[in-house]
Amino acid sequence: MILAPETFQLPRSMSAEAPSGDALYMDIYWFSLVFLVLITGAMLYFVVKYRRKKGVRPERTRDLTKLEIFWTITPLIFLVIIFHVSFETYVKNATAAEGAMEIRVRGKKWSWEFEYPNGSREAKELTLPVNKPVKFILSSDDVIHSFFVREFRVKRDAVPGQYSYIAVTPTELGDAQIFCAEFCGTSHSDMLGTVHVVTDEQFRKHLDEMDKMPEVCGDTGKEQCTPALWGRTLFVKNGCPTCHSVDGSKGNAPSLKGVFGTLQPLTQGPDVMADENYVRESILRPQAKIVKGFTNTQMPLFVFKDPQTDALIAYVKSLK
Amino acid sequence: MSTEATPATDAHDDHGHGAPDAPAAGHGHAHPKWLAHHFDTPAQQFDTAKLGMWAFLIQELLFFSGLFVCYGIYRSWYPHMFVESSHQLNKLMGGANTIVLLFSSLTAALAVRSSQTGNKQATSRFLIITMLCACAFLVIKFFEYRHKFETGCLPGPYFHPHELSHGATLPGNAHIFYSIYFMMTGVHGVHVLIGIGVIFWVWRRNERGDFSKEYFTPVDLVALYWHLVDLVWIYLFPLLYLI
Amino acid sequence: MAAVTTPHTGHHEPDPTESYLGGETGIKSWIFTLDHKRIGVMYLISVTIAFLMGGVFALLVRTEHLSHGRTIMDADTYNRMFSLHGVVMVFLFIIPSIPAAMGNIILPIQLGTKDVAFPRLNLMSLYIYIIGACFGLYSMVHGGVDTGWTFYTPYSSSDPAHGGVGTPAAVLPMTLAAFIMGFSSILTGVNFIATVHKMRAPGLTWRRLPLFIWALYATSIIQVLATPVLAITLLLLTMERFLGLGIFDPHLGGDPVLYQHFFWFYSHPAVYIMIVPGMGVVSEIIATFARREVVGYMFVAMSSLGLALVGFLVWGHHLFVAGMSEYAAMVFSALTFLVAIPSGVKVFNWVATLYKGSISLESPMLWGLGFIFLFTIGGLTGLFLGMLAVDVHLHDTYFVVAHFHYVMVGGTVMGFVGGLHYWWPKFTGKMYDEKMARVGFAFVFVGFNVTFLTQFVIGSRGMPRRYYNYLPEYELGHQISTIGSYLLGLGFFVLLVMFIQSLRNGKPAPRNPWGSAALEWQTPSPPPLYNFITDPIITRGPYDYHLATEAELDEGWAELDARLAAPKKAHVDHDKPHAHGTSLSGDDATAAKLDADAEAGKDTTADPDGKMDDADPDAKPEKKSDDSDDGEKD
Ligand code: HEA
Ligand code: HEA
Ligand code: HEC
Ligand code: CUA
Ligand SMILES: [Cu+2]
Repeated sequence: MILAPETFQLPRSMSAEAPSGDALYMDIYWFSLVFLVLITGAMLYFVVKYRRKKGVRPERTRDLTKLEIFWTITPLIFLVIIFHVSFETYVKNATAAEGAMEIRVRGKKWSWEFEYPNGSREAKELTLPVNKPVKFILSSDDVIHSFFVREFRVKRDAVPGQYSYIAVTPTELGDAQIFCAEFCGTSHSDMLGTVHVVTDEQFRKHLDEMDKMPEVCGDTGKEQCTPALWGRTLFVKNGCPTCHSVDGSKGNAPSLKGVFGTLQPLTQGPDVMADENYVRESILRPQAKIVKGFTNTQMPLFVFKDPQTDALIAYVKSLK
Repeated sequence: MSTEATPATDAHDDHGHGAPDAPAAGHGHAHPKWLAHHFDTPAQQFDTAKLGMWAFLIQELLFFSGLFVCYGIYRSWYPHMFVESSHQLNKLMGGANTIVLLFSSLTAALAVRSSQTGNKQATSRFLIITMLCACAFLVIKFFEYRHKFETGCLPGPYFHPHELSHGATLPGNAHIFYSIYFMMTGVHGVHVLIGIGVIFWVWRRNERGDFSKEYFTPVDLVALYWHLVDLVWIYLFPLLYLI
Repeated sequence: MAAVTTPHTGHHEPDPTESYLGGETGIKSWIFTLDHKRIGVMYLISVTIAFLMGGVFALLVRTEHLSHGRTIMDADTYNRMFSLHGVVMVFLFIIPSIPAAMGNIILPIQLGTKDVAFPRLNLMSLYIYIIGACFGLYSMVHGGVDTGWTFYTPYSSSDPAHGGVGTPAAVLPMTLAAFIMGFSSILTGVNFIATVHKMRAPGLTWRRLPLFIWALYATSIIQVLATPVLAITLLLLTMERFLGLGIFDPHLGGDPVLYQHFFWFYSHPAVYIMIVPGMGVVSEIIATFARREVVGYMFVAMSSLGLALVGFLVWGHHLFVAGMSEYAAMVFSALTFLVAIPSGVKVFNWVATLYKGSISLESPMLWGLGFIFLFTIGGLTGLFLGMLAVDVHLHDTYFVVAHFHYVMVGGTVMGFVGGLHYWWPKFTGKMYDEKMARVGFAFVFVGFNVTFLTQFVIGSRGMPRRYYNYLPEYELGHQISTIGSYLLGLGFFVLLVMFIQSLRNGKPAPRNPWGSAALEWQTPSPPPLYNFITDPIITRGPYDYHLATEAELDEGWAELDARLAAPKKAHVDHDKPHAHGTSLSGDDATAAKLDADAEAGKDTTADPDGKMDDADPDAKPEKKSDDSDDGEKD
């Protein structure tokens, strides 16, 4: 069991692309294991058989050119075969099917933001319909990130200043894990997310409801939603807590506790009163006014629709 | 290698070679004072030094090659920007510097030649001319740099072009050209500075009478190095100033 | 080294039998020495300190992973720990480890010469290394770096103090440190190339060069060709952070992927700077402890050069998911597979050497065999990563971490420690405690596999690298791995104690404790200042056991048989340090004859039917059954 790659070494596979890559993994795995066992076996056998013994002389080494050529050429043949299949799979997996749904993926320190074809945005969580080809268009707002969905077996760097693409077709219902696979700073390991693969129907319903305040939200997901409570959900989903605490402790960004309605010292210009407009500007155009002492980290840009911004402001207001 | 008695003089400058109680003998023996203890013959020492120098020069070429690759890539991405920015460089000064350097390469070669024939005075003279040319190169470069600083043609955030010649305007990303320009000429300039230093050192050793028809390796090596510095400039000049 | 450090008064040749450790003592005789052995010893001490330092960082990294969430440090500290671990291990330890430390001591002795070609350059390279290391320490004191050892832009180059998006850490001194240390590596390479070409003892033809020399020669070529590219890259990076050049930073119009190409153009060849010398050490060890020339000598020698050359063409396999075209990826993947061939040739030939050898399992041999096993695993998993479609899943996971530890620790460190065991008697003139050596090896071997086999599994299951925190499902794997790393640390600790004990009260080492036919064992332990008492003339290859005289092997076959019959007898009784000449031939007439052969380009080692044995009066009659199994071997 432990030796079997499909059950022990590989995570669940949830995309149309995964099985071919996994098959390659298994091919090279067994190939390597055979070579390793042969080499190690021969080595151990010789070591035991030809241990230094009284009166037994080592045989003198002779020219074995044919043997040399044999073990230069044979692996080469194996490798050409392996290369060929691996490249075919790669090209097939890299090309998006016609009419794939395009999803914009934006990496920023330290969360993933997704934009659906209808312009709605969501962070950390992505919902996709099953069996529909998808094309991810990746970009980054700051440093290099890498969009890695474990169960889909896809990975691609999101490089600032350019776009890159991933083609994938989810085939199984359920959740897949998103990682950031390129080191991007303090909270690199918290730049996680989840892909929910759902039925077509559920997907359409999700799109409809995304920008509206849901009926229920909060920690349990069952509380009656208020703007402040929805704001808190958005706050967590968008990765704000990776920088901002809400309990007054200082990190690489100001704590938001007790900010609202107090004077904020800035690096440039006079102090400002943190009212609704200030908080709105801080969220949507963070570089406009920089709080004193926080020039080492840059708050990334976020795009929210008005109801969402209102909810966030309500939440910040509630942090007394 | 045999261990027969070896001459060693008080002017001994190379590291400790010499057999027990070796008398202070003249030059020109099988084991002259400049022959380091771990070499058998002068020819071996000379060949080794030369090979080492070539290996070092190859290393230098690869060092510069990184910059040339940067240049090539950015030029192919932004050909227009490169042409525009290149017009802001002073072709006259660049051309003058090319001539100065070419001439200094000639004098460096002549220094080797005269050192091979044992003409100490001529060697010194040629080395001095080479150094003077190198200094002239740096002076001209200084004026070029100063002009760039004055007109704000500088890398990255320091890029604020104004008062450009022929009233030109530069594309917004022209700072990349100046980044590459300053890196290439800067690294080359550092090589010129180092060159002046080692030529000076070789000149002093020549004055002290370290070299002879038999032993002129340092003069030879320093000239090789100087040819490389020259060669790099021969590529820099057309790439940055002309095309 | 009296005559060297005080040239104006030292009009005397040093005592030709005085060991290099004797003679002048005192700090000045070390820090101004031009003797390659003393410089090598200083390098050895420096890289060992670097290894211990990197090891402590590694243990902190592992300890943090004992539980998910915070264990002992916060995220920023963790990021600095793994970055410093990588930087220290790569730039301070592994690159100079075998070439500059061990090679420096052994290379001139194996070449039968008095010193490297440029002793002053050699000393300079040591000081450049130390200056670089000081910059590194300065950076660590100022908080260290959190960029990983790869310094990817724009994270490393874009300084938030100037409104950038990168790290606020002390990147500048660290990149400068790596930049400076690069020159130390280049100078060593230049020196070795000239030495190998021009300084070989009379009779030491290219076909008689020890495989370790071939390996160092190939390494030197890579050092000279690749390191300057890293130097200019780091210089550009430094200037970019300092002045905002805009060559690699996309916010200034630059291209971060260009940086990655530049970086890996050095750093992939650099992995062969790391492994090829280790392979050289293993070739020496296998030949000595199997008492047999390595099979396919020329193929093994040429495969070192092959690795050096093909190694320059594969850097793109680190960028498969970084945004390169399918066709570039295809070419890089194909070339990546090509480098497996020379490595395979080596592995197969080592194993074939054991066949019909006379194998003794003293501690250096254990490390040699350990190398073969672990390097094979590391190399084969490299093939997983070279496969485009598979690398997409495995890139930047712990699978990659496990791969490179198998090649770097399972390969290079095994070779380094094995070489240290093997040449320790020669370096220091002392024997070490064999029992402790075995205990140390057992801990390292078991601990290593527990640590990194586990990482293959969590890696292929998706655990990304450079992660401070991880999903709870990976906790068990991380815990097993951490416990393994403690065993590993314990093993190295045992070895450290063992070597220190040996220095303080080890038994004196004989000239040739392993009965090797190679040249470095024909000179006293430790060697005299000029390496040999009389200058050697080489009349046979380093592995020609059939031509070696009993005196050269120190214990003739008869003595050896007696020893095997009465096991457990320490071999130090055979110590006759100054009794032997240093020529590789015990007989002048034969020497002259073989010399003439060598001159005429005829290779005495390739004597097909062993007739030469009869021509050599000192050679033992050997091989009871020479022809019985000719058939199956060809
Ligand atoms: C030569 C290179 C080299 C060596 C020898 C090692 C040795 C080790 N490495 Fe390292 N490693 C790298 C090169 C190396 N590594 C590189 C380049 C990276 C990538 C960094 C990056 O991502 O940028 C890396 C990353 C890396 C990671 C991944 C971090 C991450 O991605 O988050 C881990 C995690 O387990 C790790 C562990 C270890 C361990 C346990 C050892 C052990 O083998 C160490 C054993 C040594 C000792 C333990 C010290 C010696 C003993 C003593 C001091 C005696 C006293 C100790 C005791 C009694 C316990 N290494
Ligand atoms: C000593 C160092 C060393 C060595 C020798 C190697 C050797 C090899 N490496 Fe490794 N590698 C690293 C150090 C090293 N590597 C490091 C440090 C990294 C990560 C850097 C970072 O990101 O921080 C890395 C990463 C790395 C990657 C990028 C992974 C990723 O980030 O996605 C790849 C991809 O192709 C790769 C491949 C290979 C291959 C094919 C070899 C080959 O040379 C191996 C050849 C050997 C064998 C194949 C085994 C012996 C052969 C046989 C027994 C014959 C039988 C075999 C056949 C028939 C084929 N390596
Ligand atoms: C990368 C870290 C980071 C993330 C993620 C982040 N911020 Fe910020 N934020 C900062 C920094 C740094 C500042 C202070 C500098 C400034 O004013 O731009 C700041 C300032 C603010 C302020 C003004 C605080 C004050 O004390 O005046 C508000 C409000 C704010 N952020 C809200 C948010 C919200 C809402 C989110 C999530 C949608 C968020 N931030 C995500 C880093 C971050
Ligand atoms: Cu984003 Cu790592
Ligand atoms: Cu590589």
